[in-house]
Amino acid sequence: MSDIPSDLKYVASHEWIRDEGDGVVAIGVTDHAQDLLGDVVFVELPDVGADFAVGDDIGVVESVKAASDIYAPLSGQIVAVNEELEDSPELVNSDPYGDGWFIKIRLSEASETAGLLDADGYAELCEAES
Amino acid sequence: MGQKTALYEKHQQMNAKLVGFGGWEMPINYGSQVEEHHKVRTDAGMFDVSHMTVVDVTGADSKEYLRYLLANDVVQLQQQGKALYSGMLNEMGGVVDDLIVYLMTDPDVAGEWFRVVVNCATREKDLRWMADHTAKFDGVALTERPELSMVAIQGPNALAKVESILSESRVKLIDGLKPFQGVESEGWFFARTGYTGEDGLEVMVPEEYVADFWQALFDADVTPCGLGARDTLRLEAGMNLYGLDMDEKVSPLAANMGWTVAWEPADRDFIGRSALEKQRAAGVQEKMVGLVLENRGVLRSHQKVVINGEEAGEITSGTFSPTLGCSIAMARVSADVADTCHVDMRGKLVEVKVVKPSFVRNGEKVFS
Repeated sequence: MSDIPSDLKYVASHEWIRDEGDGVVAIGVTDHAQDLLGDVVFVELPDVGADFAVGDDIGVVESVKAASDIYAPLSGQIVAVNEELEDSPELVNSDPYGDGWFIKIRLSEASETAGLLDADGYAELCEAES
Repeated sequence: MGQKTALYEKHQQMNAKLVGFGGWEMPINYGSQVEEHHKVRTDAGMFDVSHMTVVDVTGADSKEYLRYLLANDVVQLQQQGKALYSGMLNEMGGVVDDLIVYLMTDPDVAGEWFRVVVNCATREKDLRWMADHTAKFDGVALTERPELSMVAIQGPNALAKVESILSESRVKLIDGLKPFQGVESEGWFFARTGYTGEDGLEVMVPEEYVADFWQALFDADVTPCGLGARDTLRLEAGMNLYGLDMDEKVSPLAANMGWTVAWEPADRDFIGRSALEKQRAAGVQEKMVGLVLENRGVLRSHQKVVINGEEAGEITSGTFSPTLGCSIAMARVSADVADTCHVDMRGKLVEVKVVKPSFVRNGEKVFS
C-alpha cells in the first residue's frame, strides 16, 4: 500500500498539493505515482513567473519506463521550482512528499481548492484504479 | 495470472514488483531498476530467466538439421559446450527468432546433440517451426526441458561469487570455461554467456534446487535484478531484443546480425539463404545504428528518425542509460546516415549522435 499523508490534498492525476500559506501551494507527485513511473531520470519543469490554468501542461517526468506529462492541478503563477531535481531526479522516488517536490504556485483562483481530494478520497481512487 | 517460475516465492519474499511478461509473472524490479543496473556493472546481479525456452535437439542428423534450420553454422562448434548465437530465419529471410545453441557432446564421439535456448514470447511459434522442419532429417527429436530453471549471474564479480557457493569440483569446471562455453554437471549446466555485456554465467538448474541456489547467491551478496535492468543492460551492450529490434519482417542484414549469417561454405543450404543472397546482391537499404542523446530526454521505441528533413527510419529500442547518464537507442535507418541525425521526440526535432550500436562493455563506454 502506498503512503498517502493525511495533511495533503490530491488530484486524480496523482499529484499532491500542500498549503504553504499566503496563497502559495507546493505540488509534487504521489508515492503511488512514483511507484507506477519507476526510476525517474529527468524532470522538466516550467520557468518561475509563468502563468498556468488548471489542466495546462506544466512539465514532463521521464522515467526509465515512459514519459509522463504533468498537469497544473490549480491555476496560478509559478513562484519556485525544485532545482535539485535537475541533478537528483531520483528524489521523486525516494522522497515524493518532501525533497522530491516539483513547483510552488501562487494561486489565482483560490476557490479551485474546494475541488481537491482529501487523503481518504485519493486512497479510494487509487484502490478503484488498481 | 501468468505462469510462475520455481522462484516465484523467492521473488515475493524479496519484494519483487511482478508483471506479466510473455505469459509469465516475472519481476520487473525489486525496488529500483537503476540500482540493480549499477550492481551488475560494478559487482554482481542475478536474474530469473526460467521463462526462456530450452529445447534439446538429439538424433543422428541433429547437426545437419541445425545447419539447415539456422543462419549461423553449428559446424563452428568444435568443442564440447561451445555456444553459438544465431538467427532462425523464414524463407523470406525474416527473423523467426534469435537463439543460442550449445554443442552438448564431444564432437569426436558419435551421437552428438545440441541444446537450444529460444525466447519465451515466441515459444509456441518456434517449437512449431522447428518441428515442421525435422522430417527431412533422420531421427531428429526435439525435447523441451521445462523442468530446468535458469538463473543468469552477471557482473565483474559474478564468477567469483558463484564459485564461493559451489563444490570444489564444480569450481574447477567453471574455472576452465572460456567465454561462450558451457559445461554440464550432474544435470546442471553452467555457461559463460549472458545478455548484459558483462562477464558472468547462465546456469540451468533442475527446478527443485533453484530456490536454494538463489538464496545461496543472495547470501553471497548477489543482487536480485528484474527485467527492467535486464533491458537497460542489454541495450547498453547493443544486444537485440526480439520483437522490438527485429521480427519476421526484418532481415538480419538490417538488424546488425550480418555477423551471425555464415555464408561459407557456399553450398550449405539454410532456410532464408536465397532471400538473403538476393538482398545482399541488391544492396541493403537500411541498417541498425546506435543513437546517443547528449541533452535531456529519453529516446523511446517507434520515435521517427529524420535525416535532412525527411523521415528515414525509426527507433527500435530506446532507454535511459544508467551507466552513461544519458539516453541511448538502437534505430533502423537508411544506410546513408551520417554521424548525426534528428529524432522526433513528442513533436520536437532533437539532434542525436549516430554511433555503432554498442554503448557499454565490461563497465566502460565503448563509442567516441
